Amino acid sequence: MNASPAIRLQDVEKSFGSIRIIQGANLEVRDGERHAIIGPNGAGKSTLFNLISGHLAPTSGRIELRDRDITGMAPYKINRLGLSRSFQITTLFHRMSVVENIRCALYYPMGYRYSFWRLCPRLKDVHERADEVLERLELTRRRDVMAGMLSYAEQRALEIGLTVAGGADVILLDEPTAGMSHSETARAVELIRMLSENKTLVMVEHDMSVVFELADRVSVLLYGEVIATGTPNEIKANRRVQEAYLGVEVA
Amino acid sequence: MIPGNRFLPLMLVAATIVILALLPHLFNSRYALTLLNQLGIGIVFALSYNMLLGQSGLLSFGHAVYFGLGGFTALHALNAITDGDLPLPVPLLPIVGGLMGLAVGIILGWVSTRRSGTIFAMISLGFAELVAASSNIMRGYFGGEEGISGDRMSGPVLFNLSMGPQRDVYYVIAAWMVISALLMYLITQTPLGRMANAVRDNPLRVAFVGYNPQTVRFLMFAISGFFAGIAGSLFAINFEIITAQAVGIEYSANVLMMAYIGGTGYFLGPVLGAIIYTALSIVLSAYTEAWMFYLGVFFIIVVLYAPNGVSGVLAVHEPVLRARLMHRLLPAYGLALVTAATLLAGAVVVIESSYHLSQPGALTATMNLAGIEFDADGWRPWAFGLGALALGALLLRETIHRVGHAWADVRHHLTGDAAT
Ligand SMILES: Nc1ncnc2c1ncn2[C@@H]1O[C@H](COP(=O)(O)OP(=O)(O)OP(=O)(O)O)[C@@H](O)[C@H]1O
Ligand SMILES: [Mg+2]
Repeated sequence: MNASPAIRLQDVEKSFGSIRIIQGANLEVRDGERHAIIGPNGAGKSTLFNLISGHLAPTSGRIELRDRDITGMAPYKINRLGLSRSFQITTLFHRMSVVENIRCALYYPMGYRYSFWRLCPRLKDVHERADEVLERLELTRRRDVMAGMLSYAEQRALEIGLTVAGGADVILLDEPTAGMSHSETARAVELIRMLSENKTLVMVEHDMSVVFELADRVSVLLYGEVIATGTPNEIKANRRVQEAYLGVEVA
Repeated sequence: MIPGNRFLPLMLVAATIVILALLPHLFNSRYALTLLNQLGIGIVFALSYNMLLGQSGLLSFGHAVYFGLGGFTALHALNAITDGDLPLPVPLLPIVGGLMGLAVGIILGWVSTRRSGTIFAMISLGFAELVAASSNIMRGYFGGEEGISGDRMSGPVLFNLSMGPQRDVYYVIAAWMVISALLMYLITQTPLGRMANAVRDNPLRVAFVGYNPQTVRFLMFAISGFFAGIAGSLFAINFEIITAQAVGIEYSANVLMMAYIGGTGYFLGPVLGAIIYTALSIVLSAYTEAWMFYLGVFFIIVVLYAPNGVSGVLAVHEPVLRARLMHRLLPAYGLALVTAATLLAGAVVVIESSYHLSQPGALTATMNLAGIEFDADGWRPWAFGLGALALGALLLRETIHRVGHAWADVRHHLTGDAAT
């Protein structure tokens, strides 16, 4: 494993108008770890993901991906450097089939870029890889269905699939299990565990059992600040966290 | 297209070529050839437009800019051929016009495709106005009121085509139409074509699978300009004259209506749309002064009742046909036909009578419609027209009700079949 962190945030701030949503966040995600970010609603977790993935530019501070400064870089450039993300609100290509959705996540990373002289039906490597991904997502049965017609849990699985298909080695998942039933959540956890093997995973998660099951380390975000980072047990034992956050949910 | 069948597209192309080769022998009147030539031009233009609207989700109000500038360039090149300055066979002129469309598409697209949605639409309108305005200033290029004209019977001869007879022009247009349509279809099958659909569906996600949505839009825009330029060149060859009207808002609106009427959701939708629109406008304008009025009404009806266009309407019937359930819809459709005929008859009488009376040149109120003579200012045409409209409105309610029921029934059967 590489010694330098996969992601590093230094004093990152983000304001919307006069409201400062992220107020000097500092965070280090180690290479190869599964890192959960928890915090109450509106703490700024999704905003943090938007900043790291380039969807938003920070007002100040510095963001690094493997020691490389990516502050304010366009999302597609960050993506090409090997960082991929999912969305809290499902973001798919609704009018395309499930398998075509996955293929869309493969054309660029597999080197086909903006080609308008190669025919997709002939790109065997893309097809094979897409079918492999569907197999792992257990969506093979649904491969030719319009993405918009999938059930909620299936859409969430496809959302994760779109995120990991391109082979990025830093994966950000924003509340991948939100709105799922117990059994669906259990399946999603297994899926995430499998797909994030040998990768760096950062996930926002409200379900504490999922967090403690999956995460190597946890960071707590409160009012746009990272107030603690540590192993799940350290976080459970942390007074400030208990007062500020866990107290409400666990007590 | 039916997925998985590799030979169907090839067979379709072969059948199309055979039919296109036979058509001028079946319909060899001047009128028929004129109609066919305009259909071919409209098809290429509408397909190029759908690269934006249907495939990339970009609503352009200025697509005639690329069509018209392609056409003007082709005509200037034609005159250079006539003067002996350009050793190019006339049938290859669309390459020149296409490159012009591409060049203008690159320049204007570079600005306008940075944004999508309403802002893109507004920018396209702005550029359309800009080019229309410059046609008044750059008179050398646009030729002022008279436009630019040329003589297509010049330059080196290709394939024995003297380019004199309409039929020679027909073959040139047909060949370019097949080549352009084929290329545009193949582009939908490439990574760029697929990502254009992705940008249409969800630009946010596109940025997180490695693509710059602006670049995708830009490339599609430039390529679409190329094919619009080809269509414009065919127009120039066909009419041997082009005026500033060809870059104007009216032509931009026409192509939008063609694509929309045919349906933007299927590759062949705009082809249908171009055929319907061009044929309707040519046929209607031969019979009535009010032809644009009818086209407008037809367009509104499509927008309201068939938002996916004619191809969309056909497509929803495909599973019904396949399940052999069409007979369950036919009675309701029969009623719909009666309703439509009643409304149409009423509307035609009212519209034509009003039009007749509003013409300053009309000497008498006597007019002739479908061989029946009557006075437009008498009570009879109005009683008939308004009566038919009222009856049609009543029938319409019943029709909507019955069609709805028939469809509910068919859907019930279709899902029932799927479940077993
Ligand atoms: N683009 C934006 N413009 C203005 N305000 C925003 C924007 N994005 C987020 N906010 C605000 O920032 C705050 C943090 O939002 P964010 O979505 O990051 O919270 P979160 O921690 O992900 O919450 P949740 O658990 O509900 O998903 C909220 O008050 C939200 O209204
Ligand atoms: Mg959130």
